[in-house]
Amino acid sequence: MIKLEKVSKKFGIGYNALFDINLSIEKGEFVFLVGPTGSGKTTIFRLIIRELLPTEGSIIIDEWDIINLPKQKIPHLRKKIGVVFQDLKLLKDRTIFENVVLPLEVINIKPVEAKQRVEEVLESVGILEHRDKFPVQLSGGELQRVAIARALILSPDILLADEPTGNLDDDTSWEIVKLLSAINEKGTTILMATHDTDIVKKLGKRIIGLDKGRMVKDEKHKK
Amino acid sequence: MKFFTTAWHNIRRSPYQALAAILVMTLTFLVVSFFSFLIVGSSRVITFFESKPQVTAFFKDEAKQENINALEDSLNSTGKVASMKFVSKEEALSIYRQQNKNDPLLLDLVTADILPASLEITTTKINDMASISDMLKQSSVVQEVVFQKDIVSTLVNWTTAARRIGLGIIAVLSLVSVFIIVTIIGIKISQKRDDIEIMRLIGASSWYVRWPFLIEGIFYAVVGAFIAWLVASSALVYATPTLSAFLKGIPIFPIPLVFFFGLLGVEFLLAIFLGFISSFLAVLRYLK
Ligand SMILES: Nc1ncnc2c1ncn2[C@@H]1O[C@H](COP(=O)(O)OP(=O)(O)OP(=O)(O)O)[C@@H](O)[C@H]1O
Ligand SMILES: [Mg+2]
Repeated sequence: MIKLEKVSKKFGIGYNALFDINLSIEKGEFVFLVGPTGSGKTTIFRLIIRELLPTEGSIIIDEWDIINLPKQKIPHLRKKIGVVFQDLKLLKDRTIFENVVLPLEVINIKPVEAKQRVEEVLESVGILEHRDKFPVQLSGGELQRVAIARALILSPDILLADEPTGNLDDDTSWEIVKLLSAINEKGTTILMATHDTDIVKKLGKRIIGLDKGRMVKDEKHKK
Repeated sequence: MKFFTTAWHNIRRSPYQALAAILVMTLTFLVVSFFSFLIVGSSRVITFFESKPQVTAFFKDEAKQENINALEDSLNSTGKVASMKFVSKEEALSIYRQQNKNDPLLLDLVTADILPASLEITTTKINDMASISDMLKQSSVVQEVVFQKDIVSTLVNWTTAARRIGLGIIAVLSLVSVFIIVTIIGIKISQKRDDIEIMRLIGASSWYVRWPFLIEGIFYAVVGAFIAWLVASSALVYATPTLSAFLKGIPIFPIPLVFFFGLLGVEFLLAIFLGFISSFLAVLRYLK
């Protein structure tokens, strides 16, 4: 469960990147976060993983009041939430395998198990053949899949996908969305930021609209 | 294990920085090693001299045997003397010959005439040495009185000074090496800023990020200490024949293996401490 109450975020002085956001997302939901550039989508994600603290308001993730979360608990929070970052944040000097295995290394899983798990996930996003290549050797769509694989590797309760279809052609975008839907059907809560109105319409999931930091829309599921 | 691999990766990636860090640590520990040799050696020498409450009176060449005997009697009558040993010119020569039997050049140079006859006196109490030596100095047949206590106090003064200077140099060098390692680890952290940021975002704890850097700092210090120990110990072993000839009669050589390994142990502990402190400072400073 993700719950934001009266959340505002100011960067520096005066400028409101987010203003009075109230939203609640239940376990297992698939939610689109839409809005023009600069409307605050990425900022919401950064608040949820406590990369940023809000200027005002409260944020609850599964019973955890993350504003008052002790510093040493932040890693626990982040392990529960898989993130596909807008800029992907892949390590350029590591192979695809090494990038995806990273969260497993962090929780200290035996290498043999880790290897098996990474191969499963790479297989499920369809890039197993690229496992030993470096990020520069892959196309944009393939890199998106690497980022998704890394976000999924710890089987998180929540997946935040920040424009996972940005810069991709329609077919590839659609494949990635189908992949996310499949993951959602297995129980993972998904919050996906996107500009792609076609996809949003086609899928018929809940839509939260932002504009200039304000929530302007919350359409429930159609299907 | 993972942390060691990562640390090793980071070290390998910039060999010149690694070299600089190790060299400055080696220098520091070379001084530590030689300083330890000096401290331990000099305290052995001092103990050796201290264990002998001895005064030696060297007689003038014209001193007559009867005058010497009279002096011996009056010393005995004080009741402070534990033992007395007269060494004639001839005996002095044979002792000299014995000590330098491997050096024919020195043997040829010296005859019994050059060496003075002497009287070695030990007292029961160290405190009595002063009054005995006063008696000797007043005697008309005595040329010179050598007081072991003088040797000891000179030695003690020297080693106290050496100890202060040595500790000073070690303190300065330790500080320099700490600064250099802080700087090097700091550079490494800045170079990996993006990686660290990503690791954190995917749930790595602070310690997970810190450990490889701490290990790196400790690695530099320990390798430096080991090289220094190896160099210093080899130098000491190599110099043993010369030194033992110089310190004839003082039981220091051969140096027991225990001493070398004890020194290695102490240096390793010190190195781990210095390395940890340096890299921890760097981590605190550059990895908030
Ligand atoms: N660190 C920051 N300092 C100052 N302003 C910031 C910072 N991060 C974001 N902003 C501002 O906050 C607003 C919201 O940014 P955000 O990244 O959330 O937008 P977005 O909806 O993700 O946009 P896009 O669709 O282009 O990714 C923008 O106007 C941006 O300039
Ligand atoms: Mg964004």
